Amino acid sequence: MSQPTIKSVLLDPIVHNNPIGLQILGICSALAVTSNLKTALVMSIALTLVTGFSNLFISMIRSQIPSSIRMIVQMVIIASLVIVVDQILKAYAYSLSKQLSVFVGLIITNCIVMGRAEAFAMQNPPMLSFFDGIGNGLGYSAMLIVLGVVRELFGAGKLLGYTILPTVNDGGWYQPNGMLLLPPSAFFLIGLIIWALRSWKPQQKEAPAFRMAPQVSDKEAY
Amino acid sequence: MEHYLSLFAKAVFIENMALAFFLGMCTFIAISKKVETAIGLGIAVVVVQTITVPANNLIYAYLLKDGALAWAGLPEVDLSFLGLLSYIGVIAAIVQILEMLLDKYVPSLYNALGVFLPLITVNCAIMGGTLFMVERDYNVTESVVYGVGSGFSWALAIALLAGIREKLKYSDVPDGLQGLGITFITIGLMSLGFMSFGGIQL
Repeated sequence: MSQPTIKSVLLDPIVHNNPIGLQILGICSALAVTSNLKTALVMSIALTLVTGFSNLFISMIRSQIPSSIRMIVQMVIIASLVIVVDQILKAYAYSLSKQLSVFVGLIITNCIVMGRAEAFAMQNPPMLSFFDGIGNGLGYSAMLIVLGVVRELFGAGKLLGYTILPTVNDGGWYQPNGMLLLPPSAFFLIGLIIWALRSWKPQQKEAPAFRMAPQVSDKEAY
Repeated sequence: MEHYLSLFAKAVFIENMALAFFLGMCTFIAISKKVETAIGLGIAVVVVQTITVPANNLIYAYLLKDGALAWAGLPEVDLSFLGLLSYIGVIAAIVQILEMLLDKYVPSLYNALGVFLPLITVNCAIMGGTLFMVERDYNVTESVVYGVGSGFSWALAIALLAGIREKLKYSDVPDGLQGLGITFITIGLMSLGFMSFGGIQL
């Protein structure tokens, strides 16, 4: 592996090494907040900041942390940052923080934050780790924003609360797809995004556990 | 009694941790390739959830809530902003203690759960259970029921998914969907199935 640079750690996670699409990190709290774009945006900003700063602080004290209790130390740092975010949201955007309900608190257990702290910040200098955190946060945000746009636009015909496609109920022409506002649609969308991502970047494909044998007889199998 | 039963059923089916709230997704997807390991992890989650939710409930009610420190002569202290930090501390500590106890007294179970126990600390389902408990203001008994129910709901979902994935590996999936992609779509379909419980009034 070549020496990571600020540019590479910042931009790689967005497409090449997307935390949700490839590393399977941080899906947990991501899906429930994407039914409209506004909560998705707030969640993205919150997570990007927490990941960036937790990487920064953990990296600063990385040589002082005894390895046997490093999990707890990381947890404490992350939890403190999340409390700051939570309090700020409660103070300046109370209705939004009610809407996000428990999902701000769940940033603590979001695997992206822990995963990056453990995998990157423990080995690399502070500034580089900070940008790695921001980069992974952006990769997560990219996925969230795509989901938020698709779900809100086609599920309710709106974006950030402004009507884009006038729905039938309001006398327009667009018949909204209500399923997109329900939880399962997020899974389908992520599945399809992963499919698209992997068709574009074939090296991300997983090998199948079993390969179908080619059909040898010339008759259809029954 | 009826109240608790309906709370349990609600936690398992209508508010399924994994399929309705997407909690614990990372482990849910990573450790659902085999039914056996999935059930092992599921049991571990039920156990941890049953202990941590009530424990955090007590901590919230007697230490952190606005005015909760009245018994110590500090009625106007509100420590609820420390909530997140203390819950995660309690969860980490309980998982650690459980690991040591199991290692000492029930080595067979410890070996069966193996690597999954420490993973549970960062499982969002555990933290989520606690946070929902706080948000909905459950009392101690309710929190025990909710802990068991929500843990069981997660265990049920992961066992089901593992069953499906074991069969799925023999099917001919398009290249790009292989692995992660098809798993997401499977979970989406399962979640759609669980949505049908949503109309039930208890």
